[in-house]
Amino acid sequence: MHILVFVKQVPDASQVRVNYETGTLIREGVPAILNPFEEHAVEEAVRLKNEYGGKVTIITMGPPQASEALKQCLSRGADKAYLLSDRIFAGSDTLATSYALYEGARKIVDLEGDVDLFFAGKQAIDGDTAQTGPGIATRFNLPLITYLIKIDELNLEEKYVIATRLTEFGQETIKAPIPVFFTVEESLNILSHSPLPYLIKAEKAEIELLSGKNVPLDKEQCGLKHSPTMVKKAFTPEKRQRGATLSGTFDDVVSQTADKIAPFLKKVS
Amino acid sequence: MIDLSKKDSDISHYKDIWVFIEQTDGKPAAVSFELLTKARELASQRGCGVAAAAVGKSVSHLAADVFKYGAEKFYIVENEIFADYRTEPYRDAICELVIKYKPEVFLVGATTQGRDLSGTVATALRTGLTADTTGQEIDPKTGYLWMTRPTFGGNLMATIYCPKHRPQMSTVRPGVFKAVPVDDPKEGEIISEKINFTEDQIVKKILKKVISGEGAVNLGFYDVIVSGGKGMGSKENFGIIKELADLLGGTWAGSRMAVQLGYIPQSRQVGQTGQTVHPKLYIACGISGAIQHLVGMQTSDTIIAINTDRDAPIFDVSNYCIIEDAVKFLPKLIEKLKNMQKFGG
Repeated sequence: MHILVFVKQVPDASQVRVNYETGTLIREGVPAILNPFEEHAVEEAVRLKNEYGGKVTIITMGPPQASEALKQCLSRGADKAYLLSDRIFAGSDTLATSYALYEGARKIVDLEGDVDLFFAGKQAIDGDTAQTGPGIATRFNLPLITYLIKIDELNLEEKYVIATRLTEFGQETIKAPIPVFFTVEESLNILSHSPLPYLIKAEKAEIELLSGKNVPLDKEQCGLKHSPTMVKKAFTPEKRQRGATLSGTFDDVVSQTADKIAPFLKKVS
Repeated sequence: MIDLSKKDSDISHYKDIWVFIEQTDGKPAAVSFELLTKARELASQRGCGVAAAAVGKSVSHLAADVFKYGAEKFYIVENEIFADYRTEPYRDAICELVIKYKPEVFLVGATTQGRDLSGTVATALRTGLTADTTGQEIDPKTGYLWMTRPTFGGNLMATIYCPKHRPQMSTVRPGVFKAVPVDDPKEGEIISEKINFTEDQIVKKILKKVISGEGAVNLGFYDVIVSGGKGMGSKENFGIIKELADLLGGTWAGSRMAVQLGYIPQSRQVGQTGQTVHPKLYIACGISGAIQHLVGMQTSDTIIAINTDRDAPIFDVSNYCIIEDAVKFLPKLIEKLKNMQKFGG
């Protein structure tokens, strides 16, 4: 079985601060991390590999530094990692990104063989769009299962999977043929600690490089210039100020609080 | 999958603003009517029409509501196979409608279903999609749709547009716009499209559906969210959080810490790895306000925080700060509010 996981290196959005004078993000010193949802995707892929046999391949698109995120995937037990990196991809929106990753993944299929299961996080914590995974699945014309919380059954002989996903009102369990594309929730699994042999292997591992040099690309679909969406402007939302501390006796504070909340009280019918 | 060669590449042929009417078992999602209300405003700026589109086993019964909220046309695709939402057949049905009728703008609710659908539709149509927007306006000069969305966990807002591809697609968060019926609703036109799909063409089968209060909860539907953290001390103490939420017609939620301590299910987590919310009133009880939490709720209209630590970061984003133990404070507050409810203040 061959599992391919799409990952993204993201700035730790919780540590990004805003410079309110200039209206820009302060990104210096903000650590780059593996998108948390994709840590769970890799965890699941490795768990399945250990149970059913096979291999786990990782791909990311990004600058050379994104190799760090790939090494983290290798330390979790992935077998091989590809970095898709080329200036031509700069400024890609989600449609151009899904195109680039689709071509990168096709190259991996050439090199590593057919893929049975595709994984990505349900979204990345920097952009929060939740579009790239579904976009790649659409380009491959694969059945898509988003918001995955459980793989109930995997049958490699009969080539199907039974999986549970979150819906608006609860959960649903779906049977889909393999190959299939999943985007995953954090609750899919609990992250395990990387065993030492994996850590050592990851440290020594070579990251495979993909670019316009070895991946056939339609340049008319790449990068900022060929992205349908454009950024008109970016601005910082108004900063909140600390408000009043309600003071007085305990009962006073209860009364004041109740007055603030009262407009929201349900009418008694 | 659709045949892209059939898609009209002349963008001047695309007209009108469309709203996807999301439904589950025939029941419409509230966000659809919020979007129709907004679509009316955008259409009057653009000088175009408003239409709605729905896919399902049976959706024609939604027409009255669809027209009440201002759609002039209602495009429907009905078939047994659409009984349950499944990505691929819904995508193909919507793409067929778009290719045939050429809407200029297509708005979808940023719900679980809407986000699943829109990403695949936009890719299939090779057009732009702006996710999770909180603002929509028409550029008076070009007529393009300007879509504003929070990014980097709400630290930055970006206004996005899609000048050369149609339709201009966007998902909009539930609760951002208010649903307002039109004053004099008119009987609109229902356009029923027949699409020849059969069940054996669909590879995904739904084996089981579980509807549960403890399952996915769209916190975005509620005007009031009462949220608890580590300071609530126990799962049982969330009883008072739920009671207050109920009293206010809202819902309950919690921090990542509350999830980790087993007080609440992950489906009710607010924050970076949970849901981002922006209710009219957010009451944070025993939540210190780690940045991961703040990015998920700091765009709420009014924030009231109850915490014993006066230096807790939650107070930096709160309109009203209450330096008390929420576990002791909430029962008194509930009692007071119940009295006000009964005796009118």
